[in-house]
Amino acid sequence: MIVSSHLSVSKQHRPLRAMVILIVGLVGLILAIGLSISLGAANIQLTTVWTAVFHHDPTLTTHQIIWEIRLPRVLGAAMVGACFAVAGALMQGMTRNPLADSGLLGINAGAACMLAICFAFWPSLPYMYLILYAFLGAGVGAFIVYGVGSMSRSGLTPMRLVLAGAAVSALLGALSEGIALYFQIGQDLAFWYAGGVSGTTWMHLKVMAPWLLAAMVGAMFLSRSITLLSLGEEVSIGLGQRTKTIKIIGMLFVLVLAGAAVSVVGAVGFVGLIVPHVARFLVGHDYRWIIPCSIIYGGLLVVLADLAARMIHPPYETPIGALIAVIGVPFFLYLARKGGKEI
Amino acid sequence: MKRYMTNTQRKAQLRNRTVMISLFLFIVFVFVISMNTGFIKLSPLELFYTLFGFGTSEQALILFEFRLPRIVLSILVGMGLAVSGAILQGITRNALADPGILGINAGAGLMVMLYISFFPSMNNTPIFILPVLAFIGATAAAACIYLLSYKKDEGISPVRLLLTGVAIAAGISSIMIILTLRLSPESYQFVATWLAGSIWGSNWKFVLALLPWIVILIIFVYIKANVLNILNLGDVTAVGLGASIEKERRLLLLAAVGLAGASVSVSGGIGFVGLIGPHLARQLVGARHQILIPTSALVGGLLVLVADTIGRWILQPSEIPAGIIVAIIGAPYFLYLLTRLED
Repeated sequence: MIVSSHLSVSKQHRPLRAMVILIVGLVGLILAIGLSISLGAANIQLTTVWTAVFHHDPTLTTHQIIWEIRLPRVLGAAMVGACFAVAGALMQGMTRNPLADSGLLGINAGAACMLAICFAFWPSLPYMYLILYAFLGAGVGAFIVYGVGSMSRSGLTPMRLVLAGAAVSALLGALSEGIALYFQIGQDLAFWYAGGVSGTTWMHLKVMAPWLLAAMVGAMFLSRSITLLSLGEEVSIGLGQRTKTIKIIGMLFVLVLAGAAVSVVGAVGFVGLIVPHVARFLVGHDYRWIIPCSIIYGGLLVVLADLAARMIHPPYETPIGALIAVIGVPFFLYLARKGGKEI
Repeated sequence: MKRYMTNTQRKAQLRNRTVMISLFLFIVFVFVISMNTGFIKLSPLELFYTLFGFGTSEQALILFEFRLPRIVLSILVGMGLAVSGAILQGITRNALADPGILGINAGAGLMVMLYISFFPSMNNTPIFILPVLAFIGATAAAACIYLLSYKKDEGISPVRLLLTGVAIAAGISSIMIILTLRLSPESYQFVATWLAGSIWGSNWKFVLALLPWIVILIIFVYIKANVLNILNLGDVTAVGLGASIEKERRLLLLAAVGLAGASVSVSGGIGFVGLIGPHLARQLVGARHQILIPTSALVGGLLVLVADTIGRWILQPSEIPAGIIVAIIGAPYFLYLLTRLED
């Protein structure tokens, strides 16, 4: 009774407010993208950015810089951020674990380790296939962490999962580092150890986009069921949901999203932790709003982080992963201190 | 007293002696192999001659100036980390405590890195200051973790302590990554290998800088072994037996931090030794700290020595840092222990 009245109240107010928040976020994201394109080694005016994107003239150097270097990079950052954030939101909703994040739960490390293996044994593997291996690696990482977590005597508590994730990440990280040293591919791997989108090209985006679109549209279709799951497994079953099927499909989406993002940016953590919490704070507990909100604000976070990464210490780039961790760690500590129980 | 020992006590004593002696023999065995591992091979006979001063000057140089100090350092570092882990596990009554996992190593590392980046000319500065700096950094990190995981009405729960430590370690290492960008290429290379956990100070000066810390602190802990036994019984019992818990606990904590900090200052980020060492020792000789502390020290020394030897052997002429090899062994062990931990 309390739940239903709560829902009816939120139905009256939420959509309008959530819509405003989404639009504000979208405007912010577009502005950040424009800013990110215009700032750099050679500063370009925003009006030039506009003409370069919408009236492209391949003979101009600035237009070439924008089109070939800055645009794919910033779009890559936005896509990666959206991926990590939605993956985090899905995991938090399905498992009711406030500390769920593909970085913390070893999924990113699994994908990164698999990519290191690919670089070592099939150095000329095209990105189209590489991304499939990233999905596989993400699955392996998730499988180990959840396996260890569920073998525990006192079950899958959020904190235990994070500890298992930390150990699995340490293990897979050490393995990838060992592989990199053994096969002397440290140079190839360096950019994504640290986490950065500087290597993104149109080719990456083209390969990634269909996967992402499919996973995100799928996530939107699932969102209603995930809202119910987030109220508790019993509630969800009582309302006639097939929870097992939903969880399996949702997990597949998580693996695709996290794997694709890692194959571009490296094992960056905390995006999937921070953004869904912020989204939940902004638009409430309905995943039909949390997921689109995560897409937009996740993109915004990583675009801004990439911009900061380039501005802090030019001409060098500060690794994005490290920058986001500086925000992410205090956030994580705050959540862990709350006890990791309520979501 | 000894004459009236029961049969089981006599058996235990015999077992402990056998364990200690076999560990010692193992160390000697690996010691010999390790002396023979490297780019230039020395036959066992040459090794023997050189050791007693009958080798060529080139052989003597390799053995005494490069390999021997490094071997001695590996053993000392392993001892320091393992005993530190044993203390931490004893005073927090937390089976998963380890200076690496708890972020104490990271604090020490950050301090050493700051020092190196501000005073790059290592040759002119006294090396003896490194363990002191590492100690300061380690203490700061330990204090942070302690304060952040402390809750007024619940005290410190094992899982929250670990979680806070993991997060602090992640935060500190991301700060270190950001700082490394400001370094010159040579210092950067150095810090990168240092972070991965490599026994880098293969020089007698480092042995001299580390030795007093390890020896004095291990003797101190050995004297306090009975206090550790009592603390292990739980606070209520410990007070009942007349131990002033807080004072003793703080002293022992400082000793653990000192051991970890000093070890890390020459070895870099080697985790998991403080976890594996005491656990294996406990399996071998039981939980009495009088025997557990020395056995942990031996197991830890052996572990790092083996890891360093493998790291030098597997990839000649370049090497894999010992920290990577220890993590590949240690992380699965951590996961195994995690499944058995009660909240």
